[in-house]
Amino acid sequence: MIKFENVTMAYRKDGNPALNDVSFEIADGEFVFLVGQSGAGKSTILRLLIREERAQDGTVLIDDINIGMLPEKEVPKLRRNIGMVFQDFRLLPEKTVAENVAFALQVLNKSPDEIKQTVPAVLDLVGLLDKANRRPEQLSGGEQQRVAIARALVNRPAILMADEPTGNLDPDTSVEIMRLLDQINKAGTTVIMATHDAGIVDQMRKRVIEITGGAIIRDQAQGVYGYS
Amino acid sequence: MSPFMTRVRFVLGEVWQGISRSITLTIALIATFAISLSLLGVSLLVGSQVNEMKDYWFDKVEVSIFLCTSGSDTPSCASGPATEEQKSQIRTDLEAMQPLVAEIFFESQQDAYDRFVERFKASPISANVTPDQLPESFRIKLSNPEEFTTVVNQFLSRPGIEAVRDQRATLSKLFSVLGGLQALAFGFAVTMLVVTSLLVGNTIRVTAYARRREIGIMRLVGASKMALRLPFLLEAIFGALVGGIFATLILSVIKGYLVDQVIATSFTFTSFFGWGSVVSASLICIVSGTLLAFITAWFGIAKHLKV
Repeated sequence: MIKFENVTMAYRKDGNPALNDVSFEIADGEFVFLVGQSGAGKSTILRLLIREERAQDGTVLIDDINIGMLPEKEVPKLRRNIGMVFQDFRLLPEKTVAENVAFALQVLNKSPDEIKQTVPAVLDLVGLLDKANRRPEQLSGGEQQRVAIARALVNRPAILMADEPTGNLDPDTSVEIMRLLDQINKAGTTVIMATHDAGIVDQMRKRVIEITGGAIIRDQAQGVYGYS
Repeated sequence: MSPFMTRVRFVLGEVWQGISRSITLTIALIATFAISLSLLGVSLLVGSQVNEMKDYWFDKVEVSIFLCTSGSDTPSCASGPATEEQKSQIRTDLEAMQPLVAEIFFESQQDAYDRFVERFKASPISANVTPDQLPESFRIKLSNPEEFTTVVNQFLSRPGIEAVRDQRATLSKLFSVLGGLQALAFGFAVTMLVVTSLLVGNTIRVTAYARRREIGIMRLVGASKMALRLPFLLEAIFGALVGGIFATLILSVIKGYLVDQVIATSFTFTSFFGWGSVVSASLICIVSGTLLAFITAWFGIAKHLKV
């Protein structure tokens, strides 16, 4: 359970707040779109959840743990429970697909046996088992994003967050990525996706939280991108 | 391969990537470590040499208390040549100063004359000297030559004593030159070590930039603070260790060639520091270099690497 209670957050003390008195809840296993224009505050919500930022006011809770009050040494543990995917994939160019996924386990000191078992399983899930030894540059954009999703999932996080994951992809590829995210969500993972891809939001018919100027102006189950 | 070795190999692979990506910077890092640690080593070796010479010479030097003769004109000799009473008082006082005074030897005017003639037998000067012109003296060996002033203060300007001389005084000039040299080398070493620590900070900044993708991902997937810092610490320590090895080679060349082959053949009057000094100086260089790398890297990481 994710809970924002009256969260206000400004990047600069004197500037306009990126989030202004925002409150919402996301239950375990939900699929939620955060929509709104660039700079509306979508990414700030994601950054607060992985403690990249701290709110000036209000509380951010995951499973009743106050993320803003988390001691610094507990922050890595928090992040192990949240997978993160970005528009620009963020793969390591000199590592193969399998190595990119394994990297997320190696930096956590996972045993070689575990890595050997987990990496092919998660590559199979995203449909890239046959391309395990390719490098990112040899893959299409959609495939690269699948590698990024595999890496985000390989530690079996309870929450998967995606920040404009289809921003660099063509519509057909975007649909494939959405199918994959839907499949992951159906297996029990909470998925939060920030996007301004109206077509995808309209097609998926999931919960939509719309943010404008740092405030929630709409929270709708099975919503669409916007009223037009 | 054991799981532990696999992990070690993974971390070392990451370190090697950091090093090879900024190879020129790594070379600069190793070179400054080599130079600054060599300077530190040289200052340590000069220190060993000073100690070596002190041991060598102080064993041979003694303090001399010259007694008044009929020809003496210092105020303490106003009452003429030293009396038997004064002499026995000096001896009693010297014996009371044991164990600082290790040995006492009385040189009579005849002894002094014999020594003088022996020393200047080739010179016509000895023909004009008679025993009564030469002062009687107490020759004293001190258990600790550094405490020479205690003896001087006790006997200086006492009636019957013309002068108290420390042969060490003639050597002290040489030692002060060597001491100055040592201070100079140490000063350069400290300056270079400061420069080196700045370079360590800079290397970390550049490496952090070169590895920003990896670091970003490591943070995202929840790598611990230590896992993030380790490659940087190891890179700095690698620079210090390789630099320290070069410094050891340089010190060995200084000892094996410069000192043993060149200097020692021209300066036969003294002994020189041994290989033991080179080993301990090298160890001090490597350990202090590694410590410096560790500390500056630790603070550099805190500055350039958000966890």
